[in-house]
Amino acid sequence: MDFNDTPDESAYRAKARAWLETNAPPRSAREERDEDAGSLAEAKTWQAKKAGAGYSCITWPKEWGGPGGENWQAQIFAQEEARFATPGNPFQIGLGMCVPTIMTAGSEEDRRRFVGPALRGEEIWCQLFSEPSGGSDVAAARTRAMKASDGSGDWIINGQKVWTSGAQFSDFGILITRTDPDAPKHRGLTMFWVDMKDPAIEVRPIHQMSGASGFNEVYFTDLRVKDAQRIGAVNDGWRVSIVTLMNERNAIGGGASYHRQIFELADSVATLAGSGIKDAALREKVADWYVQAEGLKFTRLRTQTALSRGQTPGPEASIGKVVTAPLMQDVANTAVELEDQFGIIADPAHAPLKGFFQSILLSAPGMRIAGGTDEILKNIIAERVLGLPQDVRVDKNVPFKDIPTGR
Amino acid sequence: MNFDFSDDQKYLKGEARKFLEARCQTSRVRAVLDNPDASSDAELWREVAAQGWLGTAIPEAYGGLGLGRLELCVIAEELGRALAPIPFASTVYFTAEALLLAGSERQKEAWLPRIARGEAIGCFAAVERPGALTEAQAQARVEGGRLTGAKIPVTDGDIADLAVVLAREGGALGLYLVELGGPGVARERLETLDPTRGAARLVFSGAPAERLGEPGEGMTLAYSIMERAAVLLAFEQVGGADRALEMAKDYAISRYAFGRPIGSYQAIKHKLADIYVKNELARSNAYYGAWALDTGAAELPVAAAAARVAACEAFWNAAKENLQTHGGIGFTWQMDCHLFYRRAQQLGLVDGGAKAWKERLVSQLERRNAA
Repeated sequence: MDFNDTPDESAYRAKARAWLETNAPPRSAREERDEDAGSLAEAKTWQAKKAGAGYSCITWPKEWGGPGGENWQAQIFAQEEARFATPGNPFQIGLGMCVPTIMTAGSEEDRRRFVGPALRGEEIWCQLFSEPSGGSDVAAARTRAMKASDGSGDWIINGQKVWTSGAQFSDFGILITRTDPDAPKHRGLTMFWVDMKDPAIEVRPIHQMSGASGFNEVYFTDLRVKDAQRIGAVNDGWRVSIVTLMNERNAIGGGASYHRQIFELADSVATLAGSGIKDAALREKVADWYVQAEGLKFTRLRTQTALSRGQTPGPEASIGKVVTAPLMQDVANTAVELEDQFGIIADPAHAPLKGFFQSILLSAPGMRIAGGTDEILKNIIAERVLGLPQDVRVDKNVPFKDIPTGR
Repeated sequence: MNFDFSDDQKYLKGEARKFLEARCQTSRVRAVLDNPDASSDAELWREVAAQGWLGTAIPEAYGGLGLGRLELCVIAEELGRALAPIPFASTVYFTAEALLLAGSERQKEAWLPRIARGEAIGCFAAVERPGALTEAQAQARVEGGRLTGAKIPVTDGDIADLAVVLAREGGALGLYLVELGGPGVARERLETLDPTRGAARLVFSGAPAERLGEPGEGMTLAYSIMERAAVLLAFEQVGGADRALEMAKDYAISRYAFGRPIGSYQAIKHKLADIYVKNELARSNAYYGAWALDTGAAELPVAAAAARVAACEAFWNAAKENLQTHGGIGFTWQMDCHLFYRRAQQLGLVDGGAKAWKERLVSQLERRNAA
């Protein structure tokens, strides 16, 4: 057990660091870059630069234009890259979920067409899964794909998706549709890729409660797609989507206990019992948060160790978001409460720490929902990790069109 | 990056599990529970000694195996999983660690080989009153090499041969070695929450006492010993917590209510998922503690406190919710649920409770933050 690099790791890190020092702008200590800042063009240039040097999608096989590297190399590069003020990453969903789905289930032609440009940041992808009638229940998708009546073999698509990140600047998307409403829900879905610039697709931003607009509604009105745009067999879309969803859950994680910010705040405010930092209840909470955040950090290191040994990580990798999201919300609420009446101020000019905790408070609910709600993630842990039986289902083995909708 | 145990260490863990599954089934733990005259299993103690486990981290020069703390951690996890009713923690995590940390050459030569062979049981006698261990707690006094005072509770004090005692001499706190078979020692066995782990009130009236470490270092040494023990105990707790989760899971799959397995209800699923998450967080924190202990890293105080807090929380949560998952049958003497429930409390308190460790953790973070 040690945290030191092996000679191979150390050599790779030195090479990556040298390349980044020459090619990436440095991150100054205090000035962290806003996610939304930095133009798309800047992000694309950076992605192309990385691809040219073999630092994009490091583990992708050479036959698809990837460098064919190892997982540990990808981790080391990511650690080193995080030290620089690199542009935002609008490629994450495409490279983490959509393009891997195409590599796994797409046609030979699609792979040749899409993998390279995505890897070089030339094309951006979005994932069109959630619908107004099914967020957690992705297999309840109602967006309808029907064979065109003209005998062309094309499909005509109508319906609506929601919570689509990056749809407004994406070039392509992978889309899950209902192709057989008479079949049970999981057996009547089909996956396609679509051209997001098609005029039959309309993208409308969602105004989130936090004030930001990172997600969109996407409407399809008589969108015509070629049968060649199908990913996997007709009515086999659920199986294909599992690949995408598993990648999504692995991609979302993180974890910070914010104890530095809490100390800074608590040092500057008073409670009726004295200085905030001496508040026993707060101190107990800080300890709890720290233990959770550190637990996640070291869980990630266990996962990385398994990867670097060429092993499949254990199921512990699945706990990230279900810990982080409620933790963020609890920290923010406690901090705002500590500020007492000042806590209502969101104005950075007056709020302590420039409204740091107010802003977390307003974004935390989204964290607990996006990419699988707390409740769904716990079901997944219970069923897939612990092997508990599925709940009684009233939506299986009946035609999709006969499933109750409450309307 | 290598944040995992080695193949050799995993092999040792596997062997320890096999041994304990064969030799320490819960029927054996229950035999201690049901015998009012027993607080441990002396035969199992001899068997464990024969495996060499007591000397895992004791250098070969003192009769041990000369392996590291990581090897001790994997054995600890299995002992915790098996709820082994033996004075392993008192003897190995507290007493042997105290000797290794502060013992003179002569003291180490006198005691470590006996500990490694299973001939000497140790105990750690620091507290005297309810509440967290503070300097003010230690009122026991040493004068002219003789100890007077009372320590309560002392886990395994009823069967130990040697005690590491926190006491004052002059104005200064120090640690002292006291042979419990010698003169001036009276012991009173206490009824405990977990009868498979005994404890005593030790009364010293002029018992011969030999200083361990320097005068005035008593509290610092006591905390250092407690930090080392916190990491090792965390592995026992993680082992127990994982087994409690397995029990809950197996029961939730096999028990039917309202025509279906209770594990198909979300109320049970989410409860068990929460246990799983807490157990994994505790395991990861314990791993970091193991790394810090093994390498003697400066991070040990923070890592040990975090490991302790996470492990106390995880084992307690797993034990109580396992019992709850079992429903009425879980509240019976005949089911094993209460063995875990009791042991979670015993391990959760024996090295100081989570509340005190949280304060220690936050104080350390504050200092680190200010630096």
